[in-house]
Amino acid sequence: MTLLSTRGLSKSFDGLQAVTDVSFEVAKGDIHALIGPNGAGKTTLVGMICGRVAPSAGQVIFDGQDITDLPAHRRIMLGMAYTFQITSIFRGLDVAENVALAARRRHPAPRVAEAVAKALRQVGLAPYSDETAGNLSYGHQRLLEIAMGLVQQPRLLILDEPTQGLSEGEIAGFKTLVRDLKSETTLLLIEHNMSVVMETADRVSVLNAGAILAEGTPAEIRANAAVQAAYLGTSDA
Amino acid sequence: MSASRVLVLHLGLLAGLFALQFVLPAYHHGNLARIMVLAAYAVGYNILFGYTGLLSLGHALFFAAGMYGMALMIQHGGASPAPALLAGVLAGAVVSGLLALLALRTTGVAFMIVTLMFAQAGYLTILYFAEWTRGDEGFVIQQAQRVLWGIDLSQPTARYFAAWALFSLVFLISLWLVRRPFGRTLIAIRENEERVRMLGYDTFAHKLGAMVISGTISAGAGAAYGLLFGYAGASFASVQYSIFPLLWVLLGGAGTVLGPFVGTLFMFYLIDLSSGITSAYMLIAGVVLVLLTLFAPQGLVGELRKRIFRGLP
Ligand SMILES: Nc1ncnc2c1ncn2[C@@H]1O[C@H](COP(=O)(O)OP(=O)(O)O)[C@@H](O)[C@H]1O
Ligand SMILES: [Mg+2]
Repeated sequence: MTLLSTRGLSKSFDGLQAVTDVSFEVAKGDIHALIGPNGAGKTTLVGMICGRVAPSAGQVIFDGQDITDLPAHRRIMLGMAYTFQITSIFRGLDVAENVALAARRRHPAPRVAEAVAKALRQVGLAPYSDETAGNLSYGHQRLLEIAMGLVQQPRLLILDEPTQGLSEGEIAGFKTLVRDLKSETTLLLIEHNMSVVMETADRVSVLNAGAILAEGTPAEIRANAAVQAAYLGTSDA
Repeated sequence: MSASRVLVLHLGLLAGLFALQFVLPAYHHGNLARIMVLAAYAVGYNILFGYTGLLSLGHALFFAAGMYGMALMIQHGGASPAPALLAGVLAGAVVSGLLALLALRTTGVAFMIVTLMFAQAGYLTILYFAEWTRGDEGFVIQQAQRVLWGIDLSQPTARYFAAWALFSLVFLISLWLVRRPFGRTLIAIRENEERVRMLGYDTFAHKLGAMVISGTISAGAGAAYGLLFGYAGASFASVQYSIFPLLWVLLGGAGTVLGPFVGTLFMFYLIDLSSGITSAYMLIAGVVLVLLTLFAPQGLVGELRKRIFRGLP
C-alpha cells in the first residue's frame, strides 16, 4: 500500500535547479530513509511534500489524494508531521507547552495533558517538562522536536536529520525509538548517520544533485556502485 | 504561579480599583476613570502586539472608528447611548477585519507601514467629512445625550463606575483569552510562526482573529471615551493615538495581562507629575522612559514576571 507518492516533482530557486523530476513512493508502515550528500535537495524535496516549499512542477499524492495545492496546515491535518532540520521550537515556552501546542490539533482538550506526558516519556524528556525549552541542551531540543511530531500521532512522520548533533548514547536511544514507532506510523527519514539508516530503514532512496540516483533495501544500497561513488565513498558517514 | 493565585492577583486589581473610588480625592478620581478607559485601549492593543507579536502603528484607526461610530450615531442618527456604543464597537470590528485582510499579507516593517498609512487615511477621511465630523475641532456630546439606562454618564461617580466596568470586562476577556488554546496559539505565533504553521494551524486565520479582537476592544474603548468624556475629535485618530498604546504596553509589559493598565497608569502620572514641576515635562518623561527601557526592557510587569512571578499570564 502506497501512503505517499510524488510525480515529476521539481523545484528551481531563481534558476538553481534544486530538485529535478523526482517520482518516488513511500509504502505504508515503512521506515523510508532519504539519503544523499549535502545540497542534494533532500530538505527541498520534503518541503514540497509537506507544503513549506511550492513546487515548480509535479504533484504530491498522499493517501490517494492529490495534495499539491493544499496549504501546509491542511496537509498536517491530513496526518503529516514534520520536524525541521534546523531545530525549530518555541524557545521561550516550557517543554510541555511546546508539545501541547502540537497535541491540541489532534487530541480533544481533556486528553492533551496525557498525550503530552506520553510523548515526553517516549523521547526521554519527561523530567524536563517544566523547563524553558530554550534552556535545554542541543540534543534535548532535537528530541523535543521529535516529541512534537510524535504527539500528533501522524500517519506520516517526516524527520529531517533528527540525529544531527546527538551524542552516541542519544543516537542509540533514537534507533530504539524509531523501531518502536514502526508499528504506529510511517516514517520518512532524512539521515546522514549510516548506522541509523542501515539498522532501521526498510527502504532507502538516494538523492544526488536533485535527482533520485538509486532506490532499494539498505543492503542493496550499500552494494550499489553508483551510490558509493556519489555518496558513501566521499561522505563523512 | 498557580491558576488560583493568578486569579486572585488579577481579581484583586479589579477589586482595588473598585474600592478606590470611595477614598480618592476628586482630582485623582477623575484621572483614574480616564486611565481605566485608556487602559482598556491598551489591553486591546496588547492582544495584537504583546501576545501575537504584530506591531501595529495604526490602532488610532480602531479607537477612532469606535469613537466616531458611537458619536455620529448620537449626533446625526439621534441614537441613544446603548445602540450608539454598539455601533462604535461594530465599526471597529469591521474596520479591523478589513485592514487585517490587507495588512496581514505583510509582516514586520511593512506591516507597520501599512497600518500607519491606513490610519492616516482614516484621519484624513475624518477631516475631509468635516461637515459631519467638525474635523479637528470635533464636537461635544451633550449631557442629555449621555444618559445610559437612566444613568447620567457625565456624573463623576457614574463615569468612574462605567470606566471600571469597561476595563474589568476587557481585562477579564484578555485574561481568559490568553489562557485558552486560541490565545496560546497566538503566543506561539509570536514565538515562531513557521513552526505553528507546520503544526497544522492556519496562522493567517489566527492573526486575523487576533487583529479583529484587538481592534474591537480598541473601538470599544474609543466609543466609551467619547461617551464618558462627551467629546469626539480628529486628534484621537492621529498618529499620536497609535503611538500611545504602544508606549503604555511597552512600559507596563508587552504580553502580560496586567501590563497595559500598569503602563497607562505610570505614563499618565509621569506626565501629570512632571508637568507640575517644569514646563519641560516631556524631557523628564523622556528620561524616565529611557531609564526604563535600559533597566526594565520587558516593562514593569514583564520584569516582575521574570524575577518573581514566573508563569504570570
Ligand atoms: N530557499 C532557498 N533559496 C535558494 N536556494 C535554496 C533554498 N533552499 C535550498 N536551496 C538550494 O537548493 C539546494 C538543495 O538544498 P537542500 O534541499 O537544503 O539540500 P539538502 O537538504 O539535501 O542538503 C542547495 O543548493 C541549496 O543551496
Ligand atoms: Mg537538508
